[in-house]
Amino acid sequence: MSEIIKVGMADLKTCSGEDGVTTLGLGSCVGIAIRDPGTGIGGLAHIMLPDSTEIKNNSNRPKFADTGIEDLVNQIVRLGGNRSRLVAKIAGGAQMFAFGNKSDMIRVGERNVLASKKKLSELKIPILAEDTGKNYGRTVIFYPKSGEFYIRSVGMPEKVI
Amino acid sequence: MKDLSMEELTSQYFDVLKELGNIGAGNATTALAQMIDCKVDMSVPQVKLLEFKEIGAIVGGDDQIMVSIYLQVEGDVEGSMMFILSKSAAAHLVNKLMCGMLGIDEKNVDDYTFGEMECSAIKEVGNIITGAYLNALSGLTNLKIYPSVPQLGIDMAGALLSVPAVEFGVLGDKILLIQTKFSDEIDLDGYFILIPEVESYEKILTALGVM
Repeated sequence: MSEIIKVGMADLKTCSGEDGVTTLGLGSCVGIAIRDPGTGIGGLAHIMLPDSTEIKNNSNRPKFADTGIEDLVNQIVRLGGNRSRLVAKIAGGAQMFAFGNKSDMIRVGERNVLASKKKLSELKIPILAEDTGKNYGRTVIFYPKSGEFYIRSVGMPEKVI
Repeated sequence: MKDLSMEELTSQYFDVLKELGNIGAGNATTALAQMIDCKVDMSVPQVKLLEFKEIGAIVGGDDQIMVSIYLQVEGDVEGSMMFILSKSAAAHLVNKLMCGMLGIDEKNVDDYTFGEMECSAIKEVGNIITGAYLNALSGLTNLKIYPSVPQLGIDMAGALLSVPAVEFGVLGDKILLIQTKFSDEIDLDGYFILIPEVESYEKILTALGVM
């Protein structure tokens, strides 16, 4: 019996076999799904902020794109994934409210996406697909075995990337 | 004080914030009652300091569709504020406000899309509720607080709440949520989230004489 493991905000989880990982209601946060297609081991990280080095209270590693991705990759490798085979798909990074101003906080979705891409490219993990930006929330389910990444949004048909 | 994080808020500060929440929500309830011309009761607000992963569950699930009003605050206190309520509660308020002209079926709102007129009505409700809340805060502290024009968002709770969560995320790993139950004929759960910037916490607490 396959199981769907839930990933909370500022959290990450790994799985294998027929199991899947899901995170509900991604807003400006980004969901980063990484897997090793050879073994079917993979996982999902739900990051909130782009950069752990910009912030003093950075002990919660899954909260940030840089440290969250690093930890997810290490966990997958520890479970038997092959670092050189890893591939990624990303979703989220929406701008939920449109204030035409100043604050970097408002553009955090976009910055989260950029930071995630930067970290993945540093780790030489190719991004196979993405569904990012826009102004709506996303619920995602990732199956590391098949690599299917399901995305649901309010009032829109489900898509698979 | 520069390094204030949510975890370091002592119980004394927490009580002050709770009291502010109480008074603010009380004011908001009065404003709401006047607007819909109907007696509205309010339960004692619960103030909770929550882990990020818990907030979705508190409001009924991360993928629950909710209606939220989000605005920025400027003046002596800087930051932002969110008021969030369920879609059926929003439909109820719209029906009340527009004297049932639109006749939205409050029991089956999940697939219902609010039109322009209804969105405008919800924004107005949000504007008045958040305005009353901030007025109370401003009156108590003698600080100038100017709210921006509110933005409306109808989406999954998790996605909406991620916006204030990210702002709290810079400070720590928890979010301060004020839960208020309004009731007229039916119970309406509403949640306030006030996110002052770090320096503003200091100003609020100083103005109240607790620092």
